[in-house]
Amino acid sequence: MTVESTAARKPRRSSTKRVSAKKPQRSEPELVQLLTPEGERVEHPDYSIDLTPDELLGLYRDMVLTRRFDAEATSLQRQGELGLWASLLGQEAAQIGSARALRDDDYVFPTYREHGVAWCRGVDPTNLLGMFRGVNHGGWDPSTNNFHLYTIVIGSQTLHATGYAMGVAKDGADSAVVAYFGDGASSQGDVAESFTFSAVYNAPVVFFCQNNQWAISEPTERQTRVPLYQRAQGFGFPGVRVDGNDVLACLAVTRDALERARRGEGPTLVEAFTYRMGAHTTSDDPTKYRADEEREAWEAKDPILRLRTYLEKEGFADAAFFDGLETESESLGRRVREAVRAMPDPDQMAIFENVYADGHALVDEERAQFAAYQASFAEEGK
Amino acid sequence: MPVQKLPLAKAINESLRTALDTDPKVLIMGEDVGKLGGVFRVTDGLQKDFGEERVIDTPLAESGIVGTAIGLALRGYRPVVEIQFDGFVFPAYDQIVTQLAKMHARSLGKIKMPVVIRIPYGGGIGAVEHHSESPEALFAHVAGLKIVSPSNSSDAYWMMQQAIQSDDPVIFFEPKRRYWDKSEVDTEAIPGPLHTARVVREGSDITLAAYGPMVKVCVEAAAAAAEEGKSLEVLDLRSMSPIDFDAIQTSVEKTRRLVVVHEAPVFYGSGAEIAARITERCFYHLEAPVLRVGGFHAPYPPARLEEEYLPGLDRVLDAVDRSLAY
Ligand SMILES: Cc1ncc(C[n+]2csc(CCOP(=O)(O)OP(=O)(O)O)c2C)c(N)n1
Repeated sequence: MTVESTAARKPRRSSTKRVSAKKPQRSEPELVQLLTPEGERVEHPDYSIDLTPDELLGLYRDMVLTRRFDAEATSLQRQGELGLWASLLGQEAAQIGSARALRDDDYVFPTYREHGVAWCRGVDPTNLLGMFRGVNHGGWDPSTNNFHLYTIVIGSQTLHATGYAMGVAKDGADSAVVAYFGDGASSQGDVAESFTFSAVYNAPVVFFCQNNQWAISEPTERQTRVPLYQRAQGFGFPGVRVDGNDVLACLAVTRDALERARRGEGPTLVEAFTYRMGAHTTSDDPTKYRADEEREAWEAKDPILRLRTYLEKEGFADAAFFDGLETESESLGRRVREAVRAMPDPDQMAIFENVYADGHALVDEERAQFAAYQASFAEEGK
Repeated sequence: MPVQKLPLAKAINESLRTALDTDPKVLIMGEDVGKLGGVFRVTDGLQKDFGEERVIDTPLAESGIVGTAIGLALRGYRPVVEIQFDGFVFPAYDQIVTQLAKMHARSLGKIKMPVVIRIPYGGGIGAVEHHSESPEALFAHVAGLKIVSPSNSSDAYWMMQQAIQSDDPVIFFEPKRRYWDKSEVDTEAIPGPLHTARVVREGSDITLAAYGPMVKVCVEAAAAAAEEGKSLEVLDLRSMSPIDFDAIQTSVEKTRRLVVVHEAPVFYGSGAEIAARITERCFYHLEAPVLRVGGFHAPYPPARLEEEYLPGLDRVLDAVDRSLAY
């Protein structure tokens, strides 16, 4: 490094108009891609995939129905039926591709946005809405579909996934575990610690980071100066960046990482390079920090459109297929809408339910006091 | 214009602006505090006016935020950090409890830790899990930390000024469901000391002691009780560590009855501390045991049940009746 003359330097600290640090100059590393934004199939030296037309149609159907469900939830929030919604718009390929790589006996630890993964795991989508409506804090039994409850505290679940995977290995089972998280989460200590533990114990876990470019208002550059997938190297396991809007590549890369885990070769970090097309949640206002052109550029890479282009070009799908799917989407939307509107408020005594597995004298006392207090209104009302 | 009617959130914004303006060592740090102006817009416009070196969008890492604030304080800065929601302070809990709180004592008083940690807290806004907690007792239990919570815009403005000027770490709990409530702020007034309680409404039959979001509920309860001929005195404690026990004692010696109201669970909560101390100090004055109204020993419930969970007018008045029945 040469020493610059002080005169040429910008002031190091001034109270106003400070020029922000430059964005890191990084050449975007090559993404693993098997289907271009134009819907062209391309080959990759390390990852290949060979799907039947039916399997391709299945992936397409998953993405379309997931998007329809997501859109329905967003509008239900606008209508006041849900308190909040975290949309996955734009991340369908990352979620469907990775989730369709899983076996039933694999286990998933999601964030709060993995509606497409839940769909693939067979969780009824209406079950996902309870916590966003405010009637429960989860609403499904994780063991039914090996799909853990949504985790809202950023990054926590990556450690749970690692511990679960350590248990899998101890049991001598050959299943694997996937932890989903965002680019923002990559800054949390918990995530770094999960990398450490999984590497040290060679845990069969796949870290699936959906880099949707934003953590609420903060771009990925606010979290990291190197491409995220490169983090893995420092912890001693492989990292790979995949085109997160390419469902085929997401499937192939996750499958490969899962197989590696099953073979006892330890963790892999998959960075799915994608984009959050909507707001962070329905409470967010992206116009305060994000340019419209950015979204437009990513719309051109829409994961659903590119697969459709490919399916049509190859003649795998005809108008009847798309029409049928449209009808199915509509009925899914209707079912979700009706289910949410019919969702009852919980009984008020639910506050005291399940606080402890063994019971607790204080909870019993407070429950009884509260019941008596509520009953006193009924008495008065007579 | 020194006197203005401002929403509580805006009063904090104005206070931060004043602090940034007057002291070049003051820094604002946190997730989304810059362009977005924070998820509640409390820091709205500050980055635009003071630049990215003073209003700093941090990586998404609470331990990192507080830990680096400690380092900046060591270097002479006065960081004011935002934790986005109450339930997200725990990744930073280690730094706050094991480091921030103890630095002054460990250095035999050589090191000052002028760090303010702003935490929007409490329920009543229909949020999802981890967005409605009242963890003040978890911090008040730790020596070395000061804990305050304003209940109106004027206090929000002035208590923030005082918290930033304090050489001790201050956890500044902001009652998020009062963010949009407007009241008068006089930016040229001379404020009372940061840790004194204030009588919000005078009364003679019973004292209601509350802070932050519950002050309004208590004032409403006092108004409702007045219609039934009961005279309630309402104290806004303003500070949970230290607690102005003298003010509570003065009021209780007059009214002979005390009900403490907070959103946090009652069990091991600040009400327990107040009840114990006031029983000691005022044993011969009390006509009834000190009663507490607050949350249950249960996780904060889903939004559709928070009305039942949070102390409202009726639960406060019920406690008033129970106290008067002794
Ligand atoms: C520990 C913690 N801090 C802050 C928050 C508030 N918060 C919720 S989502 C979010 C951004 C998350 O970004 P990222 O990890 O990239 O995931 P994305 O939502 O973009 O999918 C923040 C700051 C939180 N939930 N947990």
